[in-house]
Amino acid sequence: MSDPINLIANWLQGLLLGLGLSVGLTKIILSFVGAVVVATIGMLTVIFLIWLERKIAGRIQDRLGPNRAGPYGLLQPFADVIKILTKEYTTPDGADVVVYNIAPIMAVASVLLIWAVIPFASTVVGTNLNVGVLYIMAVGAFGLLSILMAGLSSNNKFALLGAFRSVAQLISYEIPMVVSLLMPVIFARSMGLVDIVEAQMPWFIILSPLAALIFIIASMAEVNRAPFDLMEAESEIVAGFHIEYSGMKFGMFYVGEFLHVFTVGALVATLFLGGWRGPWAEQYPILGLIYFYIKTFVGYFIVAWVRLTVPRIRIDQMLDFNWKFLTPLSLVLLIITAVLDRVLVLVNSERWVYSLVMFLANILIIWATVEVLKKTTSKPKRKEFPMRPVAMAPETSTSTEPSS
Amino acid sequence: MDNNWLYIGLFFLVAPLIPALAILAPLFLAPKKPNKIKSQIYECGIETYGETWIQFKVQYYIFALIFLVFDIETVFLYPWAVAYNSLPLFAVFEGVLFIIILLAGLVYVWRKGDLEWV
Amino acid sequence: MTGMDSLFLIFAVITLISAFLVVTTKNLFHAALWLIMTLFGVAAIYVLLNAFYLAVIQVIVYIGAIAILMIFAIMLTQRVMNPSGRIFNKNWIIAALLGAFMFIGLVIISMQTGASKTTLPQISGQLDTVSELGQALVSPNAYVIPFEVASVLLLAALIGAIFVSRKR
Repeated sequence: MSDPINLIANWLQGLLLGLGLSVGLTKIILSFVGAVVVATIGMLTVIFLIWLERKIAGRIQDRLGPNRAGPYGLLQPFADVIKILTKEYTTPDGADVVVYNIAPIMAVASVLLIWAVIPFASTVVGTNLNVGVLYIMAVGAFGLLSILMAGLSSNNKFALLGAFRSVAQLISYEIPMVVSLLMPVIFARSMGLVDIVEAQMPWFIILSPLAALIFIIASMAEVNRAPFDLMEAESEIVAGFHIEYSGMKFGMFYVGEFLHVFTVGALVATLFLGGWRGPWAEQYPILGLIYFYIKTFVGYFIVAWVRLTVPRIRIDQMLDFNWKFLTPLSLVLLIITAVLDRVLVLVNSERWVYSLVMFLANILIIWATVEVLKKTTSKPKRKEFPMRPVAMAPETSTSTEPSS
Repeated sequence: MDNNWLYIGLFFLVAPLIPALAILAPLFLAPKKPNKIKSQIYECGIETYGETWIQFKVQYYIFALIFLVFDIETVFLYPWAVAYNSLPLFAVFEGVLFIIILLAGLVYVWRKGDLEWV
Repeated sequence: MTGMDSLFLIFAVITLISAFLVVTTKNLFHAALWLIMTLFGVAAIYVLLNAFYLAVIQVIVYIGAIAILMIFAIMLTQRVMNPSGRIFNKNWIIAALLGAFMFIGLVIISMQTGASKTTLPQISGQLDTVSELGQALVSPNAYVIPFEVASVLLLAALIGAIFVSRKR
């Protein structure tokens, strides 16, 4: 009972072979069933996530969150889903009908496709691509396209503006994300996610905490999540690129965003927190699955926590932060990590020396960055005014005061 | 072609199906009463003024250009990083030289003031 | 016809039809979308040829950067919302005949020299193509000079394009 998923897969394969199908066809059918199961579980997780997010938001904001619909508000997302399912689709005048309808589908599909390569346990993985990390970036490009399609086909000025700004933000933050993903690739010597998880003897967050930090920040910007949610905030641009979508089409954008945040948590868990690794995870794959989910929820909680704590930043601040701070920092980190890695391998150091030196190098870079920032952004000097009493009659040397 | 990419291909077929099903479901459940006022374009509650066209700033294009150059740089850097273990020592310097040349480009664009949004 | 052949046929047909639609659509934004479909078809053909790294790079660079750049350029130069302009002018018959002659000529040449009969070099599935590419990019016997020249070329492209599109 330690490996239920493979047990079920083998039983299904035996069943299909017993029906007389060839082995190749059996593999195709099993892959198809696996794909459907992963995609459906992804969508169903979002229902739980909506409740979780609202409860966390409530607690951080010192209130209760939903607690009317069902015990502890657990039936709240079902109420939301039923409401959205019965809403009418209002298509705006002059909209490009085909492109307008494809955009929400592509937005969710591009996030579901990431789940094909993430390893859940030591024996359960969708597929072990040897270009896994770049495949994740590639399907991110489809998400970007869906935003452009939604904005450009809605025949609405706000949608156009929101779509362009959103795309400018997304492509800007893709560079630090891609460069910071090079660190796990250097440490694990491979781009496949299964190899990266198996090479995490100390977790990569210990080997390179700065890369994890840059990756989390860039991913928060990629999912349009606060503090980078200028494109969707109601007070800023009235919902941005999905302004003309109603009912379940808007629901798909919403679901896509939640699922993307959950996927970011899963990626942080896989790439930096050790994936399914944990005590006894190799013998009992079901334990690996549990560890993976716990780590994913830790990542999701961090993103939700930042969202509910920090105010929103403006678009020029956002782009400055990316091009003037994150990109040079991540490139410098890459240079230092590459050089140090080669030096340490030449000296033939053991694993714990390697981890310690890498960790200290990262702390050193963080300290140096903070020092540079302190010097370059100087606060304006507070002007010192001379002390004056608050209430005093104006001084006149010879005054003829009215006698009082 | 391995079994891996066959799975990806199947996933490409399955992944759009599930949201498509979710979007098709309200076609049976939701009311369909389009009228002229409901289909109008939203512009903060007033009638649409002028054509749907915004003043497109050159700054969008410049950011997309800079992104393109750095994207291609990472295309060259990924094989270098994957093969890192089996490379001779001077390969490190070659890679670092590559990154430094492009960092110089970024600094040039920064100093010329092309990274400002306004 | 094996499974790989039928898959190749499907993707080749998708690519060719999308490429044809790129040049004949009236709406420029739709043309950009058909271009994206064409590039995706090419990426799928790369996968069929066992060039996995090239396939993901094709999607990341071409679809994720160059197609976005083209869409921005379209928006910069004209009002995309109103499709305008004629697709064919009155010389289209001569152009079609010339194109057909060139195509028939190329087909005859390739059949006579046997270019269409070469088989793909068999690469075993154990070969890690990305690692080999990485080693080839920095080894002095292979491609290190083009590697460094590429970085200078990218620098020149960056500076040149920014200079040209700067506000006067």
